[in-house]
Amino acid sequence: MTIVVFWVLAPLAAASGFMVFRFGSMARVTIALLVSFLAAGGLLIVLGLAYLGVVVILMMVMEMIIMAVFMIAYMMNPAGLISMSMDHNKPRARAISVASFLLLAAGIFAAPWPRRAGGPPASPAFQLGKELMTTQMLTMVTLGFVLFATMVAAVVLATSRGRYDRFGDDLKRRPASDPVRGGVGR
Amino acid sequence: MSLQLFLLLAAGLFAVGLYGALSQQSIVMIMMGLELMLNGVIVAAAAFWHYVAPAAGDGQVIVVVAVVAMAAEMAAGFAAATAIFRARDVGMADMAADLKQ
Repeated sequence: MTIVVFWVLAPLAAASGFMVFRFGSMARVTIALLVSFLAAGGLLIVLGLAYLGVVVILMMVMEMIIMAVFMIAYMMNPAGLISMSMDHNKPRARAISVASFLLLAAGIFAAPWPRRAGGPPASPAFQLGKELMTTQMLTMVTLGFVLFATMVAAVVLATSRGRYDRFGDDLKRRPASDPVRGGVGR
Repeated sequence: MSLQLFLLLAAGLFAVGLYGALSQQSIVMIMMGLELMLNGVIVAAAAFWHYVAPAAGDGQVIVVVAVVAMAAEMAAGFAAATAIFRARDVGMADMAADLKQ
């Protein structure tokens, strides 16, 4: 069963990942990337990490929906109706990618991997939670700060006109400088 | 089923993502390449957990770190794309090449 699922999901993940850079239509690209992530999430479940697998699947479904919105907003050719090339330096990129794959594959087959030590716990999700709340607490706290910093940075970057643009650096400018003045008596 | 097969898949995903990140012009497509690379990391970490040290939770923690890295990359990438699109009306990395100076 595991073998069958692996041989269905693994080629699917790799092939749809590859098709991301082959399709012309943005909708197809997004779906292809989503399929790749869903297959990877399925493989996590096969490996016994049901909780993390479901987390990856749920997160990627949401992420691809957001991605589709951004695609339509920012891409020159969202529907892919006009055939166009959107890449540069293709041969060298392909060479680097193939070389890195061969290097990794050589390492995978050459390295003396250690034998499996111990068996999986009754509940991998419990193991993860316990790990994050005890020995890996520092990792967890760091991840929390990283996410918080990302949120602040994303808002700062994406804001077009904040209060400092309107009220000046000391927030004392009145009335606010707006391109179009609002309110009563404009 | 073996560790090597899973790692080979992870290497493949990583290489495809690397190709995309290097060759694509659109900022959103570059981000897709980065996501695929992190996808490979997730598969590799899960395989390591299962085949090397399932009794310790470190492999799972690496998966969590990769997922968080993905979320952070996505949010920061879209914010940067929004900022540059707003400032210059471009969505391509080549058109913003002067930013590196």
